[in-house]
Amino acid sequence: MIRIVDYGLGNVQAFLNVYKRLGIPAQRAAVAADLDGARHVILPGVGSFDYAMECFSASGMREPLERLVADGDTRILGICVGMQMLADSSDEGALPGLGWIPGKVKQFQDDALPMPHMGWNDVVPAQSTGLLEEADAGLRFYFLHSYYFACTDPSNAIAHTRYGISFDCAVRRGQVFGVQFHPEKSHGWGGALLRNFASI
Amino acid sequence: MLRPRIIPCLLVHQGGLVKTVKFKAPRYVGDPINAVKIFNEKACDELVVLDIDATVEDVEPDYQMIGRLAAECRMPLCYGGGVKTPDQADRIIALGVEKVALSSAAVTNPALVGEIARRIGQQSIVVVIDIRPKAGLFGKGYEVVTHNAGRVLAVDPFKLAEEMQNAGAGEIVINAVDRDGTYSGYNLALARSVKERLHVPMTVLGGAGSLADVEQLIAQNGLVGACAGSIFVFKGGLKAVLINYPTLEQKDELCARALRAGGHEFC
Repeated sequence: MIRIVDYGLGNVQAFLNVYKRLGIPAQRAAVAADLDGARHVILPGVGSFDYAMECFSASGMREPLERLVADGDTRILGICVGMQMLADSSDEGALPGLGWIPGKVKQFQDDALPMPHMGWNDVVPAQSTGLLEEADAGLRFYFLHSYYFACTDPSNAIAHTRYGISFDCAVRRGQVFGVQFHPEKSHGWGGALLRNFASI
Repeated sequence: MLRPRIIPCLLVHQGGLVKTVKFKAPRYVGDPINAVKIFNEKACDELVVLDIDATVEDVEPDYQMIGRLAAECRMPLCYGGGVKTPDQADRIIALGVEKVALSSAAVTNPALVGEIARRIGQQSIVVVIDIRPKAGLFGKGYEVVTHNAGRVLAVDPFKLAEEMQNAGAGEIVINAVDRDGTYSGYNLALARSVKERLHVPMTVLGGAGSLADVEQLIAQNGLVGACAGSIFVFKGGLKAVLINYPTLEQKDELCARALRAGGHEFC
């Protein structure tokens, strides 16, 4: 059973729709008790960093999720702003992040490129984790963001994407994973990633 | 490499999909859910669905329909039509939609764009500006229209595009009303003039008569959204209804050719 954290931000329904299509049980987690015994948790997120941190902290699900991370048995996947929240801090806000994967969220600085980074871009795996299907040379996903995750320890970066600069589009530390792009809206590539996550 | 986006635009009228010509004469082309299913199979970049009744009839967005579309859609979905408040935008996003498009409500009240951006994030707000050449023998330049081109707004379209961007829009769609459904090609001069003023992504709608027009738009603008209705719902000179979209390979080749021809760096 995949739990999708619903703290008021992020497209929870889109994940439920994909898992329903894949035939993998998934449910919305809206209160702390919904996370009891969770093996797989998805932390979505859209909008601004501080607002997302505030909403998540106020949801009552932050502490139980922190305990699950500390126990190390639960697989967690942060998506978009949900991925950025895994970092220590963000240039977009003043609140600290969750600090589950050491890193800083930075703003793209290239004035010549349209912002936000919007559309389909290539994802190049840097290491094998089971999340991305490395055998497929043509991985591409839908991106929609203006800030990106910069890992402190490069070994936490599991895939890269280029938009002016090369940035860490997928990260991992222990059982905590994060992706900047939107697998829930990335056709078969996204469906495969979400199915892979369920079997990690 | 980030790719230019090729985006079918579907119009909803009385619960069915239609295609218009210059915003008039809606012709029924099928069922919205069925169209989404076909575009899923074709791994389409993104979809725009506009309810052309909601604003003119002053009714709430059809949340039931939007929810069903979102549940079916495996690509990013942008919904527009009748959105006037942050609560409505919130509700649409919660149904599983990525982007909410504003038009009449935003261009008449730019502050609304910022209010909604604070709720759902700038990246999820699209402003659609309906533009046409000024009417009359001595008409020069362009004018902005709302309510399916039923009302004219006394503003400069280029300044308005900038204003919408500054107010918090994450994407601007330039919709050339006079080219809608005409197969006469995109208004490239208009696209260029707007793009010069924007740093958010721009999408162009109205006039595409073939994939060659899409290619030309991309060659001119590089990273751009090429949005079109007729070419993705009709086939052939007799305009037989047939939902279609280029294959992944055709799309990649088209984009690569266009970016090379336009001298755009691969970003």
